[in-house]
Amino acid sequence: MQFTLDKATRGQSLTIDLLPSGVIKSQLIRFGIMEGEKVTCLDRLVGGTVILQKKRLEIALGCDLAKSIMVTDEK
Amino acid sequence: MRSERANSKTNDTEQELEELILVEKKTKSLVLVGNPNVGKSLIFNYLSGMYAEVSNFPGTTVSITSANYKDYQLYDTPGIYGVSSFNDEERVARDIILDGDVILNVVNALNLERDLFLTLQLIDMGKRVSVILNMMDEVKKKKLRIDTKKLSEILGVNIYETSAIKKIGFEKLDEAIKSAKVGRQDKPIQPAVGGLKEIYEVVKVKSHSLLILEGDKELTKQYLLNYHNDDLREEIYINRRNRVNEIVDLTESEDTKQGIFFSKLGRLCLNPVSGIPILILVLALIYFFVGDLISQRLVNYTENTIGKNYFEYWTKTFISKYTSVDITAKILNDNNEVIDQKTFHFPNGIDSDHIIYQSFKNFSVNRNNEKSFHFYHPIPSFFFGEFGVITMTLTYLIFLLLPLVIAFYFSLALLEDSGYLPRLAALVDKSFTKIGLNGRAIIPIILGFGCVTMATITTRILGTEREKSIATAILQFTIPCSAQLAVIAVLLSGAGLKAILIYSFVILLVMILTSTILNKIIPGQSSPLLLDLPPMRIPQLNNVFKKTYYRTIGFMKEATPWFFVGAAGIGLMQLTGILEIWHEVLKPFTVQLLQLPKEAATAFVMGMIRRDFGAAGLFELDLTAEQIVIALITITLFVPCIASFVIMLKERGWKQGLIVWSGTWIFAFLIGGLVSHIII
Ligand SMILES: Nc1nc2c(ncn2[C@@H]2O[C@H](COP(=O)(O)OP(=O)(O)O)[C@@H](O)[C@H]2O)c(=O)[nH]1
Ligand SMILES: [Mg+2]
Repeated sequence: MQFTLDKATRGQSLTIDLLPSGVIKSQLIRFGIMEGEKVTCLDRLVGGTVILQKKRLEIALGCDLAKSIMVTDEK
Repeated sequence: MRSERANSKTNDTEQELEELILVEKKTKSLVLVGNPNVGKSLIFNYLSGMYAEVSNFPGTTVSITSANYKDYQLYDTPGIYGVSSFNDEERVARDIILDGDVILNVVNALNLERDLFLTLQLIDMGKRVSVILNMMDEVKKKKLRIDTKKLSEILGVNIYETSAIKKIGFEKLDEAIKSAKVGRQDKPIQPAVGGLKEIYEVVKVKSHSLLILEGDKELTKQYLLNYHNDDLREEIYINRRNRVNEIVDLTESEDTKQGIFFSKLGRLCLNPVSGIPILILVLALIYFFVGDLISQRLVNYTENTIGKNYFEYWTKTFISKYTSVDITAKILNDNNEVIDQKTFHFPNGIDSDHIIYQSFKNFSVNRNNEKSFHFYHPIPSFFFGEFGVITMTLTYLIFLLLPLVIAFYFSLALLEDSGYLPRLAALVDKSFTKIGLNGRAIIPIILGFGCVTMATITTRILGTEREKSIATAILQFTIPCSAQLAVIAVLLSGAGLKAILIYSFVILLVMILTSTILNKIIPGQSSPLLLDLPPMRIPQLNNVFKKTYYRTIGFMKEATPWFFVGAAGIGLMQLTGILEIWHEVLKPFTVQLLQLPKEAATAFVMGMIRRDFGAAGLFELDLTAEQIVIALITITLFVPCIASFVIMLKERGWKQGLIVWSGTWIFAFLIGGLVSHIII
């Protein structure tokens, strides 16, 4: 199922489908968050801030940013 | 000027020319480059013998530290995830990297996936690089295996394993510097090569051409080129990213799954159910340590007993042997109320009149008492009187502020090293977006409780000019720095719980209102949070002590001259009667608006010099609990100290700096007056 990242729940394995364009995309790519990559939603805080995990890397994404990222969960 | 080795074979003459220049340039530059929190500063400190701050959160090194190391000029740079100009830290680092002759790329071995992106970019730029693979101790602990030899083959540069915290592997740093070389550059960016060549024809420097190809606007402008292609940057980045993933697959393997205590703790700090209690616990611990143990018990002893009863009393008594003086002794009961009082006159100094001196001694002996000296002559009064340049300054600085400042810096250093701050940033992100900031802004704000000046510089870690303006205004307007907070803590905890609550409530409210209003009037949008969370760690005590020590020394060095100058200024104003005039001029504000004694105006003059100094000026006044709250609110909101004002002008420009500065005058009195009329 496809949805925006801010809707993700804790522990979900996700595949990134679409990133917002512009400089922020380049920044995400540097962290290894790019279209087609698999990540884990480590946590979703009240208000929609999402913590993604990729190997030993933990990255916090603000709610508005999370809203602009499309993901699919793995079933 | 550049020490680049051009890669293309067609430019042999170019290359020779560049090498010739390289020989002529006497000191070469050696640059430590790496992601945030990888151990750059530890290595810098080791090589230079100097001290650069070591922390466990991104954004500590916002300015460049530099030192001589052997034949090199050594630079510590801010942590970056790539060479580009997406934010201030990157711009600063980029310029130094472009000029760098030798790059020591410090890599966190635990996060190869993240760190190698920068490594590959540096290699693609054609820089001479050696890789320092740091955190090997943790790699072993986590049963991770890295095939260093293979990694070195793939990258085409030498790799040296270290554990910076234990200085393991540091003996090879010299070799790393000597053996730095141009690595194996990316071939597969085929579509890009055409563009690269074209740009190279004009630019002549490989590293510059690559960055221009990757869409670095500033460099493009420098060369008066008209080239911009965001898509190409993305293409290059994705390609580089894929190479990193491949390399990591080839060189890294994990024996067991991690999942030890600290990553769990890190998660607990984020979870709202446990995160908010943890936050409260952290704040409570800091309060008990700094607010109660140090500021009440210890400072009471150092300031009153050592400072006032011994140091000041002895100094003043000694001076009183040689000059005319009146000494007033007040006898206090257990509640510190005056129950008896007597003034003794010594027109020819205390040694000339043994009988009066004896009766003065008998009057106060073995009783809880306070003595004040009034010198007849202006000169002893200037140095040793009520605002005595020597007596007051030393008592405040050494017996009041010093223990408090040490305690503050110590707590802050513990917090910084634990990795808690970035988690706090994630936790507060949502609330901060409502006031036009993102969670990252919590870092300068917390640092502001240490030193507003330093924190104002740290606003550079924020993404947009808008966020920097809002954060700077909050810092300069509402955040009391450690030294001021110290004085506030002493005064407030004396005034009771209600006073503490009113004070905190008002300051918090002002902070929220200020940023909400600024968020409305400053055009544009703030950037979203994108923050890499470093692992939680037990703070290294030795680093915590070191940091506390250096910051305290820094504080004393900066504060001491200002305290003397300030005390001398106030002393002169008092001697010449200007202070009295100032009291009268400000009387409508201090007395009518704030309902304070007119002498409180002295604190405002002092506050313009230093915030802590201003708050300290309130000590001498006899204030009720309500008056203390009002005076403290006003002095907190009142103008920032000279140092942070100057930094604000530098960082934010004249216009904004002056607006904020004059705004603090108006609003400090307005809000103070409002609260005054509500609670009194
Ligand atoms: N366990 C471990 N921690 C390290 C090592 N090197 C650095 N650190 C920690 O990593 C954090 C960042 O170090 P710092 O030198 O400030 O990194 P910088 O941001 O790159 O300048 C600090 O908390 C250090 O104590 C290491 O080799 N092993
Ligand atoms: Mg550093």
